[in-house]
Formats: sequence, C-alpha cells, structure tokens
Amino acid sequence: MTTDGAMSALPQTKRSPRRVGVAARRIAWPALALALILAVDGLITPGFFSIRIVEGRLFGNLIDILYRAMPIAVVALGMSVVIGAKGVDLSVGSVVAIAGAVIAWRIHRGDPHLLILFWALGVGLLCGVWNGLLVAALDIQPIVATLILMTSGRGIGLMINLLYGGTDPSFSSPLLQFLSVGHLGLVPTRLVLGAVIFAGLWLLVRRTAFGMFVEAAGENARAAELSGVQARLVRFASYVVCGLCAAWAGVVLTADTHTSDPVSEGLYIELDAILAVVIGGGSLSGGRIYLGATVLGAVVIQALTTSILTSGLPPEYNLVVKAAVVIAVLLLQSKNARGLAFSLARGEKR
Amino acid sequence: MNERYRPLAATATVFVALFVAGGLLYDNFFSTLVLGDILADNAFVIVAAIGTTFVIISGGIDLSIGSMIGFVGVVIANLDAAGWHPLVSAGMTLAFGAAFGALQGLVVDFCEIQPFIVTLAGLFLLRGACFMINLDSTPIRHPFVEAFAAASVPLPGGGFLASSAIVMFVALAAAIVVAHFTAFGADIYAIGGDRTSAALMGVPMRRTVVGAYAVGGLYSALGGVIYAFYTSSGYPLAGTGAELSAIASVVLGGTMLTGGVGLVAGTLIGGMILGLIATLINFNGSLNGAWIMVSSGALLFVFIVLQRTLIAPSRLRIGG
Repeated sequence: MTTDGAMSALPQTKRSPRRVGVAARRIAWPALALALILAVDGLITPGFFSIRIVEGRLFGNLIDILYRAMPIAVVALGMSVVIGAKGVDLSVGSVVAIAGAVIAWRIHRGDPHLLILFWALGVGLLCGVWNGLLVAALDIQPIVATLILMTSGRGIGLMINLLYGGTDPSFSSPLLQFLSVGHLGLVPTRLVLGAVIFAGLWLLVRRTAFGMFVEAAGENARAAELSGVQARLVRFASYVVCGLCAAWAGVVLTADTHTSDPVSEGLYIELDAILAVVIGGGSLSGGRIYLGATVLGAVVIQALTTSILTSGLPPEYNLVVKAAVVIAVLLLQSKNARGLAFSLARGEKR
Repeated sequence: MNERYRPLAATATVFVALFVAGGLLYDNFFSTLVLGDILADNAFVIVAAIGTTFVIISGGIDLSIGSMIGFVGVVIANLDAAGWHPLVSAGMTLAFGAAFGALQGLVVDFCEIQPFIVTLAGLFLLRGACFMINLDSTPIRHPFVEAFAAASVPLPGGGFLASSAIVMFVALAAAIVVAHFTAFGADIYAIGGDRTSAALMGVPMRRTVVGAYAVGGLYSALGGVIYAFYTSSGYPLAGTGAELSAIASVVLGGTMLTGGVGLVAGTLIGGMILGLIATLINFNGSLNGAWIMVSSGALLFVFIVLQRTLIAPSRLRIGG
C-alpha cells in the first residue's frame, strides 16, 4: 500500500494530450482576468495599446505593465517553487530590503559593482539557507519559520545602513542601473533578464528532476521519502531558490530608486507574490509548480494597478479594486462557489 | 504540572526574566508605572491577538486584523464628526467586525479557499476602504472619548491601569470563558486538532469555523475601538502591520499555528513580551527601532525552537 502511495505521489513527467488540455484550462482563468482588465482599459483609455519607439526604446502602457510587474513576477516565481514544496516564504520583502541595504553599504565601501551584485545575491542565498534550515532541519511550520526573518529583516536592513553612518544611503551605479532601468536595444534590460530567469527556472523545474522532486515532496512528503526523494533537502533547496529570486528583485528595485530604504522597499511584495501564485492556479497546499501561470498572475496584479492609475480613478481605490478582483478570481476558481452561482442562475430562469 | 500549561509557564518565565533584567539595567524600570504603560500601549494589539488566537486554534489565520483596526478608527472618527455618540458608533463597528469576520469564515469554509488568501483580500479591502473614506488623520473630539482616554485606576507603587487595559482584561476574561468553558470553544479545539475526526464526531464544521472568524473579527474591531479611543483619532494607516504583532503574540503565547493547541491567556503574556522588548529598547536610548524588530525576531526564533525541541507537540493536544 505504501508503495502505491509513493508511486502516485510522483507527478507524471510525460506530457500527454490530456495534461496539455488541463494546462490550458488552468491558465484560462488568469488569462480571462487579464483580457477583461485590458478590454476595460481599451474602452476607457483611447490608445491604451499603442506602443511607440521613443528615444530608441519601446514605450507604451503594455510595456509599462510588464516593466513594473517584473520584480513581483521574479519573487512570485521563487515563491511558486516554495509553495510547490508545500511551504510559504513570508520573508521575501525583508530579503528585498536586506539586499538593498547591502548594495548601498558595499557601494559606500567602494567595492567593484559587479562584486556587489554577487554580494546582494549571496545575501539572498544566505536568507534562503536560513529559512530552509528552519523549515527543513528544525521542522518549523513555514509560516512561523519565515515570520522570524519577516519581522526582523527590515531591522537588519536598517542596521546595515548604520554600518557606514546611515545618513545617506543613496548611491549611483551605472552597472546596477543598467540592469534595472536601462535597456538592451529596444527592450528594457530587466525584461530580458526576467525572461532569462524564467527560462533558467523553467529548465530547472521542467527539464531536471528537481521540479518533480519538489512537487512530490509538496504533494506527500512521506510518500516521496519512501520512494527515495530526500524531501527535506528538496524543501531546503526551494527556500534557497526563493531567497535568490527575492534578492534579484531587491537589486532591481534598489537600483531603480538609487537608494536603500529598508522600511518601505518591497513592502507587501510577499502578499503580491503569493497572490500571483494563487491567481496562477497554484494551491497553497502544495504539490504543483506553475511557472508560466504565476508570471501571468503577477502581470494581472500589475495590469490592475496600472489600469486604476491610467483610468483616472483616485489611487485610493487601488486596494479596494484589487481586493474585489482577487475575490472574483478566487470565487471563479472555487468549485462550490461556481456551483452556487449556476444553481442561482438556473433558479432565476424557472 | 499539566503539560498543557507548560508553554504558558515558559512564556511567563521569559516575561518575568525580561522584566527583572530591565529592572537591573535601568533605574525606575521595575515599577507598576512601566507595567501599566506596557499594558495601555499594547492593549489594542493584545485584544486583536486574543481574537486571532481563536482563529489560529481552529487551524486558520487572519491577516485582516491591522486593516480592521484602521478601518474601525476611521469610521468612528467620521461618525463622530457627523455627531454620533462614540459608544453607538463603537457598537456598530463591533457588529460590523463580527459580521466581516463571519463572512471571511464562510468564504474559507464554503469555497474551500486557503484562509491566508481570503483574509489577505480582507486586508486589502479594509485598508482600501480606509483610504476611500479619508486620507488624513481625523480627531475624535467627543467628551466621552476624552474622558475614556484620561480614565485610569491607580495601582500600588505609583502606576496606573489605563481604561484601555481594563477593557482588555474584560475581553480576555470573556475569551477565556468562551474558549475553555463552552461547547463552541471545545469545537474550535477539535477542528484545529483534527478536522476529519471532529467532523466524524459530529462537530458542526461550518458553524464553528464561521464562529471562530467572527470572534476574530469582533476582537480586532474591539482593538480598533480601543486604539481610536486611546489616541482620540482615526488614522487610515493605523494598525499597519498589527496582524504581524498579533500573530507573533499568539506564537509567543504558546499557541501552535498548526491549530488545536494553545491557551487564550498565553496571548496576553506574548503580547506583553513584545511590548516589554520595545520598552526595554526605548529605555536604553542609544538603540533605535531597528533593534526592536531584530530582537523581537530573535526572541520569536528562540521561543519557537524551544517549543519545537523541549515540548513534544502531540502531548499538548487537548483531549487527544
């Protein structure tokens, strides 16, 4: 019986036609949401979809949505791996803040800027290792384990700023700014790098055994252990991946603002990232990683924010509209709510 | 000693040790004045955390606490400007809090969506509602609120027990009765401990889950009322991040986030420990807010690891 459980816990790696159909249906809800949002935009704002070339770079609302969605999307990609392993990482916002503080600190110390990039990523790695050890080695529940770094991380960022007096955490770095706000040919660099990160993660998750191990460990850790997957190691690795992704978002966001602001940098990004995973159809109960749908989820969130700003609604409405859309997407995904809606609709006809 | 009370004893020991350490380090620290201040300043978070304890024991989580605190304050301040008596508007917001919590519970249970996400939507919704009502801080000028903010009971040793702390103790007493001496409380523990067994034993699942979130909503609204009265204002950013402090208080109080294990009284001490740390760091003078965050996190870490290694969770389950 245990062997049966173990076998069924391993997701199929072969792509049968049926699986492709399921994938298409899964991505349909976030795609529908995005299409609706964009359709409303097109009606309200004339020329919403126009893309022009200004000063040698692409320019337009659609590019702007992708541009601003990129940090959330990268964090959400890391988050989708953690969630796939039945975890959650609340500390990503703090990791963004710490990475930013480290960048400002090392620039003030005069390090070469390429090295600073590795400093930032290294710190993200370290945060991931810390979270991973708490969850995988000490068996602490993920929400609690990552709550520790979430509450203390912004304090750590402020302390790093104090290392060099902390009076002026602003800086300029042509290299980092090229990675964040620069552009490669027509396309913003951060979009190119975002695509590279996505491709790298996709290869890791879908073309190596890692993704299968993560999904197996998230689906049923005991069954995965029995079939020879080192579930602890896999869970540990998922947090390291997430820490690295968050650190990259930290690099992009910090280079964008030219300063380290640990109190507000990346505030609530953990919530947006988790939301992106859920809108993309990922379940917090683990077992599945949907990279493409997660990116789509992040784009939906940003499209919503941008639409509210361009539509002329006061920015105060942002959160309420966001909440309404989140609830709508969640209700659409819920079988019970759909059933209730259908029976109500049928009842009205009678 | 009953193993159930061991985490509570550990939390209380940490509190006493920190308090004594503060008394040794700083003059005038070891007094009822400091104790009274900690209670008064943190009453609103502790009240909200007490409500969250119910949700967490039932196996859920509530992230909408901080937004609820802000929303309630803004509503009371605006109704005050429109000439309402603060007690009437407070009663109305409490009813709203319970109803909003119940609705969240219903969505969690009926739609089978993770509580984390449902209450996250609640967080966005209520905070957004605050911003829609107004963007600035609104004063509450009613004489009743002034009297409430100033009212206190003198303690032996020169300290004061503020009115907000008294409300907190009353709310705590009510919560202890509901959690430990009613069938509803037992049902919450049962669901959090083992959902399937609870269902098989005939625990009314939906009613209990909805009830737990309603208690959570009611108590966070009460936290909002206390905060609005204590500060005599409604500020749309009030209570930002209070959900984190509340959850940390619950964890420090010995309640397991996996559900089914914990004591409501522990949350009081957990919240007071967080307040004590902030006070200790403020007393030092040369340290800043960053130290409060880092040391709260460090304490959370130490506490969780101790809980994990010293106490076997399975032996703490009530009736299990």
